[in-house]
Amino acid sequence: MSLLLRVKKVGNDQVIYLDNSATTKPFQEVVDAFSKTSLRFFANPASIHSEALEAEKLLSRARQQLASLLHADEEELVFTSGGTEGNHMAIFGRARAMQHRGKHIITTKLEHPSVQKPIEHLEQEGFEVTWLTPNQRGVVTAEQVKDALRDDTILVSIMHVNNELGSIQPVQEVASLLATHPLAAFHVDHVQGAAKLPLALRQLPIDLLTLSSHKFHGMKGSGVLFVRKGTALSPIQIGGTQEGGRRAGTVSVPGAVALAKAFRLAAERYETEWVHLGTISQQFRDLLASMKGVRVLSPPDAIPTIVNIAVPGLKAEILIHALSRQGIFASTQSACSTRTYAPSRVLLECGHSEIVAGSAIRFSLSCETKQKDLERAATVFQQALHSLQKVMKPS
Amino acid sequence: MNIYDHILIRYGELALKGKNRHHFIQKLKDQIVSKLAPLSGHPTLDIARDRMFVRLNEANHKEVLTVLQSVFGISSMSAAAKAPSEVEKICETALSVFNEQTAGQPTRFKVTVRRPDKTFQPDSQVMNGIVGSYLLQHCANASVDVHTPDIELKVEIRHNATYVFSGDIKGVGGLPVGISGRAMLMLSGGIDSPVAGYLGMRRGLTLEAVHFHSPPYTSERAKQKVISLAQRLSAFGPVRLHIVPFTAIQETIRKEVPGFIAMTVTRRMMLRITRQLAEANDALAIVTGESLGQVASQTLESMHTIDAVCDLPILRPLITTDKIDITKVARQIQTYDISIQPHEDCCTVFLPSAPKTRPKRGPTAFYEAGLQTETLIAEALAGVETMESFDEKSEKEYSDLL
Repeated sequence: MSLLLRVKKVGNDQVIYLDNSATTKPFQEVVDAFSKTSLRFFANPASIHSEALEAEKLLSRARQQLASLLHADEEELVFTSGGTEGNHMAIFGRARAMQHRGKHIITTKLEHPSVQKPIEHLEQEGFEVTWLTPNQRGVVTAEQVKDALRDDTILVSIMHVNNELGSIQPVQEVASLLATHPLAAFHVDHVQGAAKLPLALRQLPIDLLTLSSHKFHGMKGSGVLFVRKGTALSPIQIGGTQEGGRRAGTVSVPGAVALAKAFRLAAERYETEWVHLGTISQQFRDLLASMKGVRVLSPPDAIPTIVNIAVPGLKAEILIHALSRQGIFASTQSACSTRTYAPSRVLLECGHSEIVAGSAIRFSLSCETKQKDLERAATVFQQALHSLQKVMKPS
Repeated sequence: MNIYDHILIRYGELALKGKNRHHFIQKLKDQIVSKLAPLSGHPTLDIARDRMFVRLNEANHKEVLTVLQSVFGISSMSAAAKAPSEVEKICETALSVFNEQTAGQPTRFKVTVRRPDKTFQPDSQVMNGIVGSYLLQHCANASVDVHTPDIELKVEIRHNATYVFSGDIKGVGGLPVGISGRAMLMLSGGIDSPVAGYLGMRRGLTLEAVHFHSPPYTSERAKQKVISLAQRLSAFGPVRLHIVPFTAIQETIRKEVPGFIAMTVTRRMMLRITRQLAEANDALAIVTGESLGQVASQTLESMHTIDAVCDLPILRPLITTDKIDITKVARQIQTYDISIQPHEDCCTVFLPSAPKTRPKRGPTAFYEAGLQTETLIAEALAGVETMESFDEKSEKEYSDLL
């Protein structure tokens, strides 16, 4: 550590941000649209005067744009305050609406805490839950879902892209499987996949889909939940009749506008840069994998925006701090659980040891990540690793 | 790969002859050209003697077909592949179209060759056999069935080229917009009047929509709803919208006319104003969404009393239809969802508790005698706002933000 302490604090120009799965930097155009909308269309869209009408029209344009990009209908989109709210609305809303028909839920041990905790909560209230165990590649299979399905299953909740490993779940297969089980609504936490791996909702029988704006260069505090027409769902946030009575509370018009804009721009960027992103991500993986003591945990077919590695024996936090002194920002597991400093729950569930799970580091890329950034990150990582390995003999 | 390079357009109304026919084709051409203009890929229109062809160029054939399905006057369309008029080329093109249509599935087919170019040899009957046996040779799953075929492959041998196609897509039929002249449409925010307008346009009318707006009794949203309806109708042909300020007239009627007859007097005032607008815009008729017996103003007595103030024909395309039929069309032309938005129009706000359902001409004239009719109408007409297009000013502001 003493060696590292001597390194001068770097200027902003050298910052390499590789924590995009925690949050992304909003696009300049998105911040501009947010600020213009906040000042020009500040009226409450639910009021009846003409300023309100303008705000309402803008909100409806944002909804139209998003609906067409998602291949959904406008009425199927509910603006929320973000991923956690979307997941809560889907899970609690479905449970409340359908508990008289069945009390069985299927989910995975891979889920983000905003899915895991609500379902644990329902379990305590008397719902029966089947928790599917992923394999070491961080994936559950459609067969597992099939085996767990019961006549009283009212909800299957499976994330699209795992936020720690980047492993991609077979949501298409599960969706087709569930198409013949109308009682079992299919909820997909699409937060890490949105704008990167599009799910065409017109063809895919997914019933509930969660998106969060700040994961694709939008603003924090806004998200959207897709609710397929005909999917019974009780409102969780009750009061006013906004969003078709599905979510009370004044809608953030600037948030919705910024979300629609960010989604359009990000989807375009990812589409054009997807192949390139795959190439530079693979190079980065290969560089890391070639270093002594490093194990790549993300499966080979993971989303290119997430590279999870472990240096067994070296506590992840120490490496993260060492990197951040050099202006390189990565993270351990999910930002929503990092503060606990416990080994990653998801990695343990995938069958990794406590030592591996406690030493995992996640580099997460975005469409703004450059090849030279990754090369520099790898070099800095190797140096840091080198000096740390000298000091901290693996126990 | 897309094998289609043309859309073949057929138009019905074969009874049209001589000058009418020329006029029909001219109007239809204008409509199609204006519909194709905004599409990407530069599709162009060619006119043959009894057909039109859209030359797709870079355009997507499905997109073009969708757009053409809202053009009145087209009875049916087919995506077609063009081939040089040579036997071998015709057979090859026929095979591509056949494969595209059947995707290798077992198919019973029939070939129909037409030969507008009678100089082409061999003749149609022989060509039927040549094309049919070529398909049989090249497709394991194909068999001939001239009586109940799964698909009918049509080959038209024309003077400069041959067109091969299969599958007719129905058009909306009717007459090209504008061929029948110009009419005013009394457009409320309800379900019926947009449907009446649509049916009028379908018979070749160009519409000038008229809406009565009574702020503050009716909201901006109610006006916006009518603008959206006019915009929707303009998908079928040009529509202008006249918004008439109606507050002063409604307030006056409220003050001066007994409640039971106020509705009839109001309708008469609307009709007088529309009559004047018709004259100013060279329109020869007025279209309304009334159907017999639906509400108080739609009894025969009521129509008789209201129509007395207007010497133009009043066209009521919905007169004998019921709500279910009207709703069906409204859904089909996508005005229904706009119409059911809950914003009050000027009629519902001033609705008296017990309107007279069978008003008479004489007494109605008596009750309205005290009104300054001429002045009120002149004032209203002076404040008419006319909209040529419905892309609102703020539309660009919205799209810049998104």
